[in-house]
Amino acid sequence: MVQLTNIFSALVGNPLLAQAAAVGEGGIPWLTLTTFGPLLGILALLLIPRDQVQVLRNVALLTSLGVFAVSIGILVLFDPSLPMAAGEAFTFQLTEGPYEWIPSLGVSYALGVDGFSYWLVMLTTFLMPLAIWSTYSSVHENVKEYMICLLFLEVGMIGALVATDVFLFYIFWEVMLIPMYFIIGVWGGAERVKAAATFFIYTMLGSILMLLAIMYVYFQAGVQTGTFSFLYTDILAADFSATEQFWLFAAFFLAFAIKVPLFPFHTWLPLAHVQAPTAGSVILAAVMLKMGTYGILRYAFPLFPDALKTFAPYIAVLSVIGIIYGAIVALVQDDVKKLVAYSSVSHLGFCVLGLVAMTPQGISGAMYVMLAHGIATGGLFLCVGVLYERRHSRQIADFGGVASVMPMFATFFMIITFASAGLPGLNGFVGEFLSIMGTSQSHFLWFETPFGFIKPENAGSGYGVYELSAMTDVAIGSSRQAGPEITAFIFTIFATSGVILGAAYLLWMFKRVMFGSVVHDEIRTMPRLSAREIGVLVPIVLMAIFMGVFPKYFLSRMDPSIHQFLTYMDQNVTEANTVVVEPLDPTWVPQGSMIDLAKERRNER
Amino acid sequence: MEPLYSDSFYFLGLIVLMPLLGAIINGLFGAKLPRNLVNWVACGAMALSFAFALVSLQALVNQGNGEEVGHLSYTAFQWIFSGSLNAEIAFLFDPLSAVLVLIITGVGLLIHIYSTGYMAEDPSKWRYFAYLNLFVFAMLLLALGKNMLVTFIGWEGVGMASYLLIGFWYSDADKAAAGQKAFIVNRVGDFFFLLGMFILYFTVGTWDYLELEALATNTATAALLLPVALPVGVLIFLGCTGKSAQIPLYVWLPDAMAGPTPVSALIHAATMVTAGVFLLSRINWIFTLDPNLMAIVAVVGSLTALMAATIAIVQTDIKKVLAYSTVSQLGFMFMAVGVGSFTAAVFHLMTHAFFKALLFLAAGSVIHGMHHEQDMRKMGGLKKYMPWTHAAFLIGTLAIAGVPFFAGFYSKDFILWSALSNVHVLNVVGVLETAQMEMFTTTLAPAVVAAEGHALEVLGGALFINWFVFIVGVLTAGLTAFYMFRAYFMTFHGECRADEETKSHIHESPSAMLVALLVLSFLSVVGGYIGWPHFIAAVFPKGLKYYALGLEHWLAEVFVVSDTYRVIGRFGEHPYLAEGLAAATSVIIAGVGIGLAYLMYVKRTDLPGVIHARVTKLHYVLSNKYFVDEGYFAAFVRPTLLIGKVMTWFDKNIISGLLVGGAAFMTQNLGRILRNLQSGNVQRYATYISLALALVVLAIFYPGCLA
Repeated sequence: MVQLTNIFSALVGNPLLAQAAAVGEGGIPWLTLTTFGPLLGILALLLIPRDQVQVLRNVALLTSLGVFAVSIGILVLFDPSLPMAAGEAFTFQLTEGPYEWIPSLGVSYALGVDGFSYWLVMLTTFLMPLAIWSTYSSVHENVKEYMICLLFLEVGMIGALVATDVFLFYIFWEVMLIPMYFIIGVWGGAERVKAAATFFIYTMLGSILMLLAIMYVYFQAGVQTGTFSFLYTDILAADFSATEQFWLFAAFFLAFAIKVPLFPFHTWLPLAHVQAPTAGSVILAAVMLKMGTYGILRYAFPLFPDALKTFAPYIAVLSVIGIIYGAIVALVQDDVKKLVAYSSVSHLGFCVLGLVAMTPQGISGAMYVMLAHGIATGGLFLCVGVLYERRHSRQIADFGGVASVMPMFATFFMIITFASAGLPGLNGFVGEFLSIMGTSQSHFLWFETPFGFIKPENAGSGYGVYELSAMTDVAIGSSRQAGPEITAFIFTIFATSGVILGAAYLLWMFKRVMFGSVVHDEIRTMPRLSAREIGVLVPIVLMAIFMGVFPKYFLSRMDPSIHQFLTYMDQNVTEANTVVVEPLDPTWVPQGSMIDLAKERRNER
Repeated sequence: MEPLYSDSFYFLGLIVLMPLLGAIINGLFGAKLPRNLVNWVACGAMALSFAFALVSLQALVNQGNGEEVGHLSYTAFQWIFSGSLNAEIAFLFDPLSAVLVLIITGVGLLIHIYSTGYMAEDPSKWRYFAYLNLFVFAMLLLALGKNMLVTFIGWEGVGMASYLLIGFWYSDADKAAAGQKAFIVNRVGDFFFLLGMFILYFTVGTWDYLELEALATNTATAALLLPVALPVGVLIFLGCTGKSAQIPLYVWLPDAMAGPTPVSALIHAATMVTAGVFLLSRINWIFTLDPNLMAIVAVVGSLTALMAATIAIVQTDIKKVLAYSTVSQLGFMFMAVGVGSFTAAVFHLMTHAFFKALLFLAAGSVIHGMHHEQDMRKMGGLKKYMPWTHAAFLIGTLAIAGVPFFAGFYSKDFILWSALSNVHVLNVVGVLETAQMEMFTTTLAPAVVAAEGHALEVLGGALFINWFVFIVGVLTAGLTAFYMFRAYFMTFHGECRADEETKSHIHESPSAMLVALLVLSFLSVVGGYIGWPHFIAAVFPKGLKYYALGLEHWLAEVFVVSDTYRVIGRFGEHPYLAEGLAAATSVIIAGVGIGLAYLMYVKRTDLPGVIHARVTKLHYVLSNKYFVDEGYFAAFVRPTLLIGKVMTWFDKNIISGLLVGGAAFMTQNLGRILRNLQSGNVQRYATYISLALALVVLAIFYPGCLA
């Protein structure tokens, strides 16, 4: 496998980078550069006259490409093999700060990435140029403002990912909202105002609850430790009673669940997606939804581990409902964009299910779903955008036989569709497979309900499903109780059925849009893909294949963080032996001169 | 003895890589390449792959020490990596995968060569060859996978390639729909397969075939697998029913005939559809653990074989006849698996690959010659127009009908006598002592338990299954002979029923197609000569005897556990009697079938009409394939769509409308009510202030009055 790092070091040349790295973390603030890089572009855009449309577009594109280039620095310098701090949920690298920002409140400017967040940063910076490039032919009015909105959105998204101060995180979280509100509300479809308002109010509702919870946590932690600080590590150090945890978890989780969106908080999504312009849909689906799952992982789970234990099975139920519900509703949609929107509800269900399973495979599967869904669904929206620009319709019935008119587009669309449907060898499979597998191994997802049969104490009470598990336990000579596995396996069965439905709705849509004979004359005259459109779709397709064939490149770099997170959860969930922690693979050593360099640098320090 | 081992035999990687390269080259540049070069790339990739397979075979034979052949393996790279899961892309080349790999690359090469003729005029030939190479790549992954996950990649990959090829002429919506149906029905099977894999991993923590084999064949550790053998086996078998078109998931295969005919030959006859049989053979040690599981496989296989054969009798589309015949023959293979004769299953897999590919290609030659006419009622008398094709089709028909000295006879006979002689054995000795034995003796019906070297009769119920399999097998063999000769006579004999226009254009196919027919005809005859019945092989001279039972010797070490089914069987290790009985029966029944077909379709051509008039209703049911498609549509597709519509309504009106909208409505109205408080009317404000003041005063001076 070609290491990205090697390519990079070959391109840039070692000495230059070595010098940069030698300056130390204070020298080149990679994260600040990545986060606020788009602001430079916004400044430039402000200086350019409104009618210079092409210049505006190019500047925005170049800015996002520049940010992507800078973010590769994060990819190169991040060292997954560094030892993880014991007793911490996450170990951040490339940290900046904490610098005092509002000292009277204990708010600081602190950035850092771990094995979870830097991949999402990479996803954001990778997709942003493609999204901007895709707007060249679709947005002709208020281009300046549109580009500013997109770049501003990037600031918010990256900032929320790299912030390690909770207050800072909240600021960025809210910053994300505003440009997206305008993107939907100004450049959207016919019902754009309603969609934008629903999106904004719905998300805001969750955010307010989260803000309340953040304030409570902040004061409580301050009282306990004596220092009032919003720093993530300080907040994590606080202890909360079971009741407190319950309500705080609920507040945090609701905010994130709306963002994900988890069933039944999903109704804003189809509306927003259908009305949003293509680039907005791409960013919304590919990155903004992941903010929800990222927040769950980063904040809701480790801060309130006991409440998680209580909520986990119910969250799993909602996820599984989401998987199936999203898929079945997607099946009958007449609008391509709505179909893709509901498919997001289904895919993100796999993600949340993997998260609550509390197993290594579950968490890494969830992370992989986030990345893969970003690429595949982003690609699907881009494809829908290509179709819309030609036909000015999103109704499936208005298409048919497109493949014979646009053969190259058909190939790209097909690969992306299969990626989304989870075909092995493409990226969608890895995440869903790991999520489901993680769920099947979970000891975390059981209820205490009157029905009993999913409660571990009642093992062997004669229910049919039980015998299987009881036998399993005899077989592996385990003293483990049988309940959790069986409940987990029920979840697994339902979740896996989503795989069938996923193939059904996507392929049926594809058949109706692309195959068959041409019935509408407008189809016959549709122009083939332009060079720019090919340029937008090719990176997506290549990434979908790369992520499907070499998932280890990504997974092995997440693995230490996952291990640390699960160890932390295992120590902090009162219920013993429910979190599955597996030992790290000692044989895996990351390669690449840059990483060694970074290691030396840290050792010197 | 230590197993022979060679872990870096990179030729295995090359076998897989060649078709992938071919697919990439043709897929990316095929449209711009000269049309001849496209042929060369695709066929060259296959030829190289076949050559590497032969090299690997040679290496495998060379490393053998007379007793065992061992295996070769090659680890390409780590694929999925998370926690304790470390899935590698690794390949395993042992006697079993050698057979399948040689079939895939060999028959695949022939079909590629044939396709250069068949698809010569298609404008997107490059796309066709890219897909076909892609299919071979996926199929080789499936066959060479060293762990179940690699097999699964290939498993889904062949499904995708099959989807692309069935819907190759996608501008015909029906063909695209057939491809989609194939993929989704296969996905249903994959769903079960995945669940089975999860239970397996959950129990033993590995998907590696060698590690699993070590676990399952060791008496001490087999007890670990025993309790999950039934659920795992049933789930994986359900997966196989999807890929290998068995009840209940066979419905996609007849529709899959929408693809180009060479595709049907390669994918839907010779290779992909046999994947299920291959997989069960690959994990035969799990299936033989539980006799009950084997009984399920045997019964499903038998029923499928019989049902498909009855449908095939009334089909008029030549490809549909062959499709149902494939379903039926696959049922035969599962019968073999079910009675524990994996060697017979693989043997039949091989001979079937030869003669069914031959039949499909010959049918393709007919279709090509008749300008895409597939209806046998419009054919007839083609013998004189296309003599080579006729000869090839006849050889194929003789082989599938089970006429002695043709390949099909040997493999089918093997299955039938195995059904007679084998018994369902509980292989795990140690299990007798554990509590699970109780479960087995009460809920299962194994005939014999192999305990400390001697057979121990537990229950006699399994005998019924063996007789059932045998009788159904014989019946199906007769039906097969009948419907295949019916197709042969309808196509090649009698008067030509095509219209004059078509008649004047009927021509023999180009030489590229005939070459493939020639080679496959040869294989359809001699392919069976590596598996003579023992009672004949016994009289062979010493040197020949080894080769006369070649396949059994070759596969012996792979099926060492399942061989117990035969070794302690009813007729002993050398069941000459059963063999003789089965051979005689199958020859007679084949003769009856052929004779009946000759009578009905050559001598007394009025007979079919007379019979049809007598049993109109039966014919109606059969020609509508027992209405299974309609049943599935009513039971699964329509309810799902209906639920989808209901859920969409629910989404719009309840979640979005009532709950979200309700919250918004309440907020709005609360705001509207509260708005009245701030009317801007100063007198009103003064009233509020005075009222509030009065309350405060009251509260201060008379604290009790508000309580």
